[in-house]
Amino acid sequence: MTVGFTLNGDRRSFDVAPDKPLLWVLREEAQLPGTKFGCGAGLCGACTVHLEGAAIRSCITPVSAVEGQSVVTIEAIGVTEPGRKIGSAWIDQDVPQCGYCQSGQIMSATALLAQTPHPSDEEIDAAMWGNLCRCSTYVRIREAIKMAADASPTSSSKVSE
Amino acid sequence: MTAPVLNRRNFLTASLLAGGGLLFDFAIPVSAATSDKASHIGAFIRVMPDNRFIIGAKNAEIGQGAKTSLPMMIAEEFDVDWDQVTVEQTHADQTLFGAQSAGGSRTTPREWLPMRKAGAVARAMMLNAAAQNWNVPVEGLVTSSGMIRDRRSGRLIAYADLASDAARIAPPDPMTIKLKEPSQFRIIGHPVRGVDTPAIVSGKPLFGIDVSMPGLLHAVLETCPAVGGRFVAANLDEVRAMPGVAHVLTIEGDGQPESLLDGVAILSMSWWSANRAREALNVKWDTSVQSSFSTEEYKRQAERCLTERAQGEILRKGDAETAFAEATRLVEARYEYPFLAHGTLEPQNATALFRDGTIEIWAPTQNPEAGRALVSKATGLPPEKIRINLTRIGGGFGRRLMNDYMVQAAAIAVQVPGVPIKLLYNRQDEFRRDFFRPAGWHTLSAALDAKGRVTAWRDHFVTFGADGKPLRAAEMSPSIVPASLVENALLEQSLLETNLPTGWLRAPGSNALAFVTQCFLDEVAQAAGTDLPTIMMDLLGAPRLIEGEGRGPAFATGRAKGVIQKVLEMVDWHGGKSRPAGRGRGFAFYFSHAGYFAEVVELTVRDGQIGEIEVWVAGDLGSQIVNPLNALHQVQGSVIDGLGQAMAGQKITQSAGAVEQSNFDSHPFQRIDMTPRIHVEFVRTDNEPTGLGEPALPPVIPAFINAIHAATGKRVRTLPVDLSESSI
Repeated sequence: MTVGFTLNGDRRSFDVAPDKPLLWVLREEAQLPGTKFGCGAGLCGACTVHLEGAAIRSCITPVSAVEGQSVVTIEAIGVTEPGRKIGSAWIDQDVPQCGYCQSGQIMSATALLAQTPHPSDEEIDAAMWGNLCRCSTYVRIREAIKMAADASPTSSSKVSE
Repeated sequence: MTAPVLNRRNFLTASLLAGGGLLFDFAIPVSAATSDKASHIGAFIRVMPDNRFIIGAKNAEIGQGAKTSLPMMIAEEFDVDWDQVTVEQTHADQTLFGAQSAGGSRTTPREWLPMRKAGAVARAMMLNAAAQNWNVPVEGLVTSSGMIRDRRSGRLIAYADLASDAARIAPPDPMTIKLKEPSQFRIIGHPVRGVDTPAIVSGKPLFGIDVSMPGLLHAVLETCPAVGGRFVAANLDEVRAMPGVAHVLTIEGDGQPESLLDGVAILSMSWWSANRAREALNVKWDTSVQSSFSTEEYKRQAERCLTERAQGEILRKGDAETAFAEATRLVEARYEYPFLAHGTLEPQNATALFRDGTIEIWAPTQNPEAGRALVSKATGLPPEKIRINLTRIGGGFGRRLMNDYMVQAAAIAVQVPGVPIKLLYNRQDEFRRDFFRPAGWHTLSAALDAKGRVTAWRDHFVTFGADGKPLRAAEMSPSIVPASLVENALLEQSLLETNLPTGWLRAPGSNALAFVTQCFLDEVAQAAGTDLPTIMMDLLGAPRLIEGEGRGPAFATGRAKGVIQKVLEMVDWHGGKSRPAGRGRGFAFYFSHAGYFAEVVELTVRDGQIGEIEVWVAGDLGSQIVNPLNALHQVQGSVIDGLGQAMAGQKITQSAGAVEQSNFDSHPFQRIDMTPRIHVEFVRTDNEPTGLGEPALPPVIPAFINAIHAATGKRVRTLPVDLSESSI
């Protein structure tokens, strides 16, 4: 069947099985490989995208469920103000290690900031809990979110020689 | 150091690039001042006409930072600015690039001299070209930011403008080339962000899973849930008729999990369709050999082993029996830990294209040459007909030192000539087909004399093996601390059989043995009326070198004492600060992968819940931290990863030969809410720099468990920690 939705600002339609997860429509049909496959069960957050601005797990979202709505992926995250801020904070803090989870982390962090411009530590943990980082870059994820929120970054880690 | 085996001129080429610019291509076998037998200067620098520099990164990037740190070493000695440099990943070819593996925290010590020498040789050629060009003595010329200046006349020239002259210069001998003094470093030792960070943040395709090409077919591979089970029959035709299915192929295994196991591959234009068609696949497997293996059975066998005489000895030193007989006090305890999975977030994958008798592979592998050998064996293709392209890797942790996914992709590709195929595991495959950190059981005993000194140490270690030898990553070194420090020691081993393949998990061996030895020694210290750091300092004694096993690094007791002292200062260990009820701190030291780490964990236990964790880390990696930014990140990651092994609930269990865990809910990794405050300091000593992917991990586990004891009086001897367990 044909499923139509707005993808990164453009009206798109795809001739796919209605139960095909949005993740695989993005990766295989739309040629947007920035959204990652990790677990296939909504347990790791690597596949996080925005649906009408909210962070969702695209690996367990059938494409038919986004019909007529607006989907934003990592490839277009820089177009919104919170997304731009998060992206530049991510670079400034050099958050990634292997980098595989980071597009999902950035999508969750951006959705958090869009809704809660100055999140508390607890709000950050709650919003980011579903995004697994196997390299454990969590110290810098917290720092980068605070930096993007214009909060003065309080160092929870320091290095000296 | 020995002279180059081959004439260097044959192996260093400086050639002009079409369209301008110069290519320095280094493939000089040299014996580097490292413990590795031989090394290469395997690198390239492209000098572009606009005086920008493209530097090859030859090692696989798994998040350990080598794609940034090795080019930093070249750029430093070439004497260009880091913002003039673009880094490009090389393909895999050990004849061109030398060792390209990412494992054992070996990259930094292996490449520290060769990479710098490559940059220095190229710089010397630039200087000589300028000297000839201007007809001045080379001694009067200096470099900086990719420019050469004549000190006398003040004349300046860019490297790029010397390209055609430099191409005619005979390269100097890399063995005698002068390197910078550390005080001259402008890149090494300064914080540098990862070269791929901007591309990662914008979602660019970098990883193996992102490889794409026209006509690509996606593949899934079903293998027996009980590893090693043989294929008997399957409803292949029924699956062939499923929507979107292009091919259904049987793969005949060679019985080796690291190479090829029996399986059924399903190919489709869509991975999702292939994976879905798999649900209709019904394979009859022969698991007669595997079905007897289970977690319960291992436990039963291990208990029996520990009450019987050990099967073999790892170390017998002094006279442990007499020391135990004469002991004033005896301490004994049993420790155990489970199999663990790697859980790399990017599932295993590889893309392969077989055509005209050659195969081209794109793979996220930590060990490409081992993969080439296995692909050659499995396909019958000679190694030179196998090209391996390296992609960025979505997490390694040792999982991708194995190349099973590469062999499987090749075995599928040769059945569909001319068609590129991409094999991708689903998460259940990841847990079924991992190479697990082996489980182990230990009965430890220590003898104390009247002064509270440890006079004997004994460890009966039960783990997994075959033919009288421990499996991969199940070994215990006879030079393990503290057996190497105690006068009388007996290390014994008994081996169980398993069908599970084992493998290296970040800080292999050490990730389990640090827990066992440093927690038990904490018990011993308390029995002796002292604490673990004090007893460690006593055992370490006068600064001296203790030889490692085989090619393993020697252990310098003075360096160990240095990091212990440092971390004790960081936390004011001997200070009188009192902690509230339920809060405690624990210490541990460990030496692994040539790195010395002492760590203190402080935490609170309230109603059986652990929280408010704070960690202090002191490490000695020699004279130079190459990239202090990445070094901090590696330590943060190691600490949290180690805490996850201890407290997140990770364990692999088995029933009827098959692994029971299938996703991150049943084998959880640490989440953001348990992120501690982490304080890191490095102690600089006059030693060659060593690697940091691993050695910060092992001590955090025993320090954490010793802290639980300090907070609650409960002694945890089983991983993962379960504070509700009544046996504590």
